[in-house]
Amino acid sequence: MNPDPKKSKVLPSNLPNSNGSSHPHSLFPDEVLEKVLSLIDSHKDRNSVSLVCKDWYNAERWTRSNLFIGNCYSVSPEIVARRFAKIKSVRLKGKPRFSDFNMLPRDWGANVHSWLVMFAKAYPFLEELRLKRMTVSDESMELLAKSFPQFRALSLSSCDGFTDDGLKAITTHCGNLTELDIQDSVTVDVGGGWLSCFPENFSSLEILNFSSLNSEVSFEALEKLVSRCRSLRVLKVNENITLDQLQRLLVHAPLLTELSTGSFLQELTPRQYEDIESAFGNSKNLQVLSGLWDATSFYLPVLYGACSGLTFLNLSDAVLQSGELAKLLAHCPNLRRLWVIDTVEDKGLEAVGSSCPLLEELRVFPVDPYDLDHRHGVTEMGFLAVSRGCRKLRYVLYFCRRMTNAAVVTIVQNCPDFTHFRLCIMNPRQPDFLTNEPMDEAFGAVAKNCTKLRRLSVSGLLTDTTFEYIGKYAKNLETLSVAFAGSSDRGMQCVLEGCPKLRKLEIRDCPFGNAALLSGLKKYEMMRSLWMSACNLTMKGCRLLAREMPRLNVEVIKDDGSDEIQADKVYVYRSVAGPRQDAPSVVLTL
Amino acid sequence: MSIPQEHDYIGLSEPLPVEKSSDKILPSSSASGIEKNSVLNLRETELRLGLPGSESLERKAGNWVSLFGKDLKDESGNGLCQGSLKSFVSGAKRGFSDAINGSGKWGLSISGGSEVDLGKNDVLFSPRGVCKGNNTMQSCLPGTSVKEISSVKAVEEEEEKKNESGNTAPASKAQVVGWPPIRSFRKNTLATNSPKNSEVAGKSGSGCLYVKVSMEGAPYLRKIDLKTYRCYAELSSALEKMFSCFTIGQYGQGLAGQERLSESHLMDLLHGSEYVLTYEDKDGDWMLVGDVPWEMFTDSCKRLRIMKGSDAIGLAPRTMQKCKSQN
Repeated sequence: MNPDPKKSKVLPSNLPNSNGSSHPHSLFPDEVLEKVLSLIDSHKDRNSVSLVCKDWYNAERWTRSNLFIGNCYSVSPEIVARRFAKIKSVRLKGKPRFSDFNMLPRDWGANVHSWLVMFAKAYPFLEELRLKRMTVSDESMELLAKSFPQFRALSLSSCDGFTDDGLKAITTHCGNLTELDIQDSVTVDVGGGWLSCFPENFSSLEILNFSSLNSEVSFEALEKLVSRCRSLRVLKVNENITLDQLQRLLVHAPLLTELSTGSFLQELTPRQYEDIESAFGNSKNLQVLSGLWDATSFYLPVLYGACSGLTFLNLSDAVLQSGELAKLLAHCPNLRRLWVIDTVEDKGLEAVGSSCPLLEELRVFPVDPYDLDHRHGVTEMGFLAVSRGCRKLRYVLYFCRRMTNAAVVTIVQNCPDFTHFRLCIMNPRQPDFLTNEPMDEAFGAVAKNCTKLRRLSVSGLLTDTTFEYIGKYAKNLETLSVAFAGSSDRGMQCVLEGCPKLRKLEIRDCPFGNAALLSGLKKYEMMRSLWMSACNLTMKGCRLLAREMPRLNVEVIKDDGSDEIQADKVYVYRSVAGPRQDAPSVVLTL
Repeated sequence: MSIPQEHDYIGLSEPLPVEKSSDKILPSSSASGIEKNSVLNLRETELRLGLPGSESLERKAGNWVSLFGKDLKDESGNGLCQGSLKSFVSGAKRGFSDAINGSGKWGLSISGGSEVDLGKNDVLFSPRGVCKGNNTMQSCLPGTSVKEISSVKAVEEEEEKKNESGNTAPASKAQVVGWPPIRSFRKNTLATNSPKNSEVAGKSGSGCLYVKVSMEGAPYLRKIDLKTYRCYAELSSALEKMFSCFTIGQYGQGLAGQERLSESHLMDLLHGSEYVLTYEDKDGDWMLVGDVPWEMFTDSCKRLRIMKGSDAIGLAPRTMQKCKSQN
């Protein structure tokens, strides 16, 4: 009854005709179905399509070319290879997010190698690979470089494990490379020789990002590369590139849409100053600007000519004061996204509110996360000021040392469209600054007012009431991060019983125990993952969970010095691949 | 040329490279005349030991202080100068450590009679110096945090709140793994920002920013650590004490709560006083002190010079323009 999965194409002569066949689907030829489906890109839509019926499942899997796997351990390479035939681009995510904050052992896993081995066999025409929080060895990079003749784009976000040798393999062998994007990858000194390995006639590069790599590259090689890659539109250099070097690069690439500068501090001659100023003035297409290490008020004005078209300004590497920020923002009326350091203080954020009416995203990072002087940084006043001026705000990440319930309530009344609300009051369990009460009402207001909320990070002193609110009102919530909060198991239970769209839940240092963990039995299979660390879980509870839900992987990471009873770090995720084989000894799979 | 061992009045020695005049000037600089003077006058402005007019270039520890002290005592009313200045600094340090060990209040009062009000005294010293001693925090960042002072009222309110709510004294808090949730690469970047700034600005590797202060007509120069001051008012009063035999203008007084001088202030001080305070910035230009926010000033100031008001008039128009263009 079903078409043979091995069949490559449905020929017209094979079509069942309307009077001969037994099922209504035959009126809709597979060929047409496949053509229609090939227009569907969203993997969520495709997943829905594949659930309709077997015909559609098959049609979909033959036509899927973009593969997205949110947890590399939820499925195995073999299963993927069996199902999909024509994958051209892969997006793969590995470690849980808390690995960014050094909470996982070094060798925890998420090594991409086994995937690459499978891809080399099953998808030799692979063109794009985008990895997040995965370990990529030099060996893997060599395999990648040599196995896919049409390979075009490599993007590594928060990855580790590679050195200059691996990158050299990529730049030497991937003759069609259009994208090399290494972001936020925490590496030791990787080495900078890779950039010099692009062949002399190589000119296809469109995206180059090495801003987070520490090592010096040969500027001569970089300049030659930029001048011959006429389609280069994204250039993100590292801190070692100086201002006058940057000027020379800009002259070669006036069509850049995204730029990350190197160090923005250098003693310049008047001529050099003018040159860099006019180089920026000629960069009319710039939409995204970042880098700007050590930028001071003297050098920032060279940017002004390029600012009118900016939509994303990332100042998270530039320690600026409020006045400097205000002056810069006056030139950036079209800003949609802004990242700053909290040295700009509330006054700087007032300038944000008044200069950037189109702002949709704001991230404020602390200059010194461990600064004990509570007078520095931003407060609730700055956030309020932004909310008054930027009514379209939908994404905020805000690190502060004081906050009040009243402020947050007003903020979400000003800006009800929040989709991502990440508030980090840096002192754990800190109450409302003015009233000394818990911050329950603040996050209650967020949950109630922001109906489109998809991601929420809570902080401050919170009781179970917060989680009652969240469970009750946050109907679209997908990701929840909780730290140092809650009073009892009931808090976590409220969330698990409530939020219908919850996919990722990460919890640390909360008084949630086995009862809370087990209350979510049914839920975890509908979620991508659960992380709980420094809570009140025991091995007994985790084993119970593992026994009851065989399609969940329950992994416990043992810390040194912890006893046999407590489960310090627990990572639970659904998987069709069974327990993973590559877990290090500190990780127990129950 | 041997690098002289330099000791300041506190006795901290910080060998510094001899400053070279930079031949890189900025497009906006029109003070090439002044710069030439500063190049030519290097010899005169070099720190020297010995009595005025002496050719000796060597310095011995201790002579500097005693010479200054001796001279001061000869002038009426100046006998207190050095003493009060010393207590200004050391008293402040004592007061600060009292604050840590005692009530947990951050507020402190400076012995030594500075007229700066409580709000500014509170943040006289970056608590990072204390941070290092008191806990196991990762290395604190000198000087990165903003020195702009939020309103005094807010500061005082905050202290009251802290005491009321009974939070544990911040100085004793231990660092929690993975908290706050900041990415490692971000922390590294920020940690390296500060030393870079201070290296370029003050040519010192640690958390202090020593710059030479010269005064027209004075036979010898002083060295001050800009990091010990939080605002222009403090710098002004310190310099007043240091060079109190000469008149320094009233430019500092109008700065409470403001970051910079308005046009009228500048004109007031230029017309009203005999001397003005100027500084050489990173680009080799001589600027009027008080134009820019304090933090920006400490980042860019290489040396200070107390000039006769008449000489400084030449600076004013350009400064005015900068003032206007910046506002």
